[in-house]
Amino acid sequence: MSQPTEQPTDKRRREFLAGAGGVAAATVVAPGVFLQAVANAAPRDTAVTDDVRYGMLIDTTKCADGCSDCVSACDKENGLDLLVKPEGASDELWEMQRPRWIRTVKLRNNLTGRVTSLPMMCQHCENPPCVDVCPTGASFRRADGIVMVDRHTCIGCRYCMMACPYNARSFIHENVESKSTVAPRGKGCVESCNLCVQRRDNGGTTTACQDACEQGAIVFGDLKDPNSAVSQAMAQYPTVEIRADLRLNTGVRYTDV
Amino acid sequence: MKKIHYREWGIDSPRYWGLLAVLAAIVAIGGFAVLYMEHEGHWVTGMTNQIVWGTPHVFAIFLIVAASGALNVASIGSVFGQKMYKPLARLSGLMAITLLVGGLIVLVLDLGQPSRLIVAMTTYNFKSIFAWNIYLYVGFIAIVAVYLFTMMERKANTYSHGVGVLAFVWRLALTTGTGSIFGFLVARQGYDAAIMAPMFIIMSFAYGLALYLLVLMFTFDSDDRPLGDKLMRRLKNLLGVFVAAIFYFTVVYHLTNLYGTENHAYEAFILRDGGVYTWTFWLGWVLLGMLVPMGILFHPALGMQRGAISIAALLVVLGGLCAIYVIVIGGQAFPLNMFPAHTIIESGYYDGVNGMARSYSPSLPEILLGLGGFALALLATFIGVRVLQFLPDSLADDVTDPHHAG
Repeated sequence: MSQPTEQPTDKRRREFLAGAGGVAAATVVAPGVFLQAVANAAPRDTAVTDDVRYGMLIDTTKCADGCSDCVSACDKENGLDLLVKPEGASDELWEMQRPRWIRTVKLRNNLTGRVTSLPMMCQHCENPPCVDVCPTGASFRRADGIVMVDRHTCIGCRYCMMACPYNARSFIHENVESKSTVAPRGKGCVESCNLCVQRRDNGGTTTACQDACEQGAIVFGDLKDPNSAVSQAMAQYPTVEIRADLRLNTGVRYTDV
Repeated sequence: MKKIHYREWGIDSPRYWGLLAVLAAIVAIGGFAVLYMEHEGHWVTGMTNQIVWGTPHVFAIFLIVAASGALNVASIGSVFGQKMYKPLARLSGLMAITLLVGGLIVLVLDLGQPSRLIVAMTTYNFKSIFAWNIYLYVGFIAIVAVYLFTMMERKANTYSHGVGVLAFVWRLALTTGTGSIFGFLVARQGYDAAIMAPMFIIMSFAYGLALYLLVLMFTFDSDDRPLGDKLMRRLKNLLGVFVAAIFYFTVVYHLTNLYGTENHAYEAFILRDGGVYTWTFWLGWVLLGMLVPMGILFHPALGMQRGAISIAALLVVLGGLCAIYVIVIGGQAFPLNMFPAHTIIESGYYDGVNGMARSYSPSLPEILLGLGGFALALLATFIGVRVLQFLPDSLADDVTDPHHAG
């Protein structure tokens, strides 16, 4: 057996490797650092706080029978109108499978026969059952009261849809070809009304449905600010929560139901 | 009582491989159904935004419930000290694992994002019973695997009782967790009842034992191993008692619902006006799943015939699938009660106009996925009994019964 011989270390080789490693590391890390700086420069760098609670008042006396302007506006704002029926899908089934964030409902009082029209959407509960049941925490409530889904951790189990008392959530049943930049979506995740969260984070003060409602039946704003339009309107009229028996303390309230 | 010897399942090779090939083909077809559904999206299924859990969930929940029930046979032997059941324990543990794996695979492959299973395993919301169930299911498989080891390795036999008790307690927690998936849903009229959890436990007793009996009779018969009448009488009576217990829980569940006016509409839907759900309830869940099997199992002559016992066990399985179908799909088909004292007369999105139920028809890929899960569980069971010593050489009465006269 031969004895191992001691070789002198090749210093130049070592220096070259160290230099090359440094360049490689800089190549990998630098864009991240640069992009991070760009991201931080955006105006959305402060965390959402619970100083505000976003909510809505729906004045059903103003909601016009047969009007669906709020639905079309929501579809456009959140890119729901970009979804196309998959080839070969039946019209009937597709209507039940396509996502809807807001819908119109017409009710008749069983005793008096009085008819009421109203829009239904996610009620943005303070204690949302969808958040309780979500196994991964993808369904969550922001500090400002907006209930929404983190599309990166949603596994598509649909337990939140089972738990929602308002039928407010939709599952993306199909491949998504084109989508809006403000509401990215992908097949196999759940989504619902997020009170136009993109507008909140960019300083907007209204929602698409509110803007579209010519009757002024939808008032959006900060429920914690006594001077906001929504708080003022709520102070003026008697309002109800839908399924108040569940004590979810919804952020969306209705008059005259 | 004689010493029990265990031996690998010895049916001749052509039959064995033929059986495996058939089961593997069903598993493969289920696999293709999954690829199709995942590639296209759930629009190719019958599921919608109103009926969000479809046929795969029916199969998955049935298999998971049956898995915990299959372990009962082992528990009766080692936890409650019934000597006659001890030789039955190994197969019971094996089936508990294989049925659970079959059910979980169906559940996972029906996710919108099955590739994100790793997210489900690493990111938890502990207020969700689903998150707890991930622990309960994985823990169950691990504990039952150790339990099997303590039964099969002579040196570890002394720990068998302790591990058996743990497995028994764990299985009760597991089925409670599965039942609570529905029990915790406050939004829906048919769920949100604490009775769901114990009802699921008693269902698991019956469905697990029914599947166990079918596999036991098939493996013993095909291998010409003796299966004593005394043991069979015990097992079939036990199945009858479990089915009677489901009957009791079914009656109590609906009677308590009928007492409260707020549930009348839901009860009328399931029991009288629900169309396919009403038929599935009365014909599937009640008549074929409970009354006929009880009639067979407690009949003095029929109850002792192997063929009749097999039919009764098959009916219990079929009735179980019907029961889960009524609970899972029927519970969703009944419209949400958002506006008490009002009738919805128009809706832009299927809110149950004039109380109309939401529609759902199972699609072929969904059924194939469910059957694939069943086939996978059986495939794993048959491979298990072939390569390891799960089956006792004989379950003749002089072997199993300590008081046997002959």
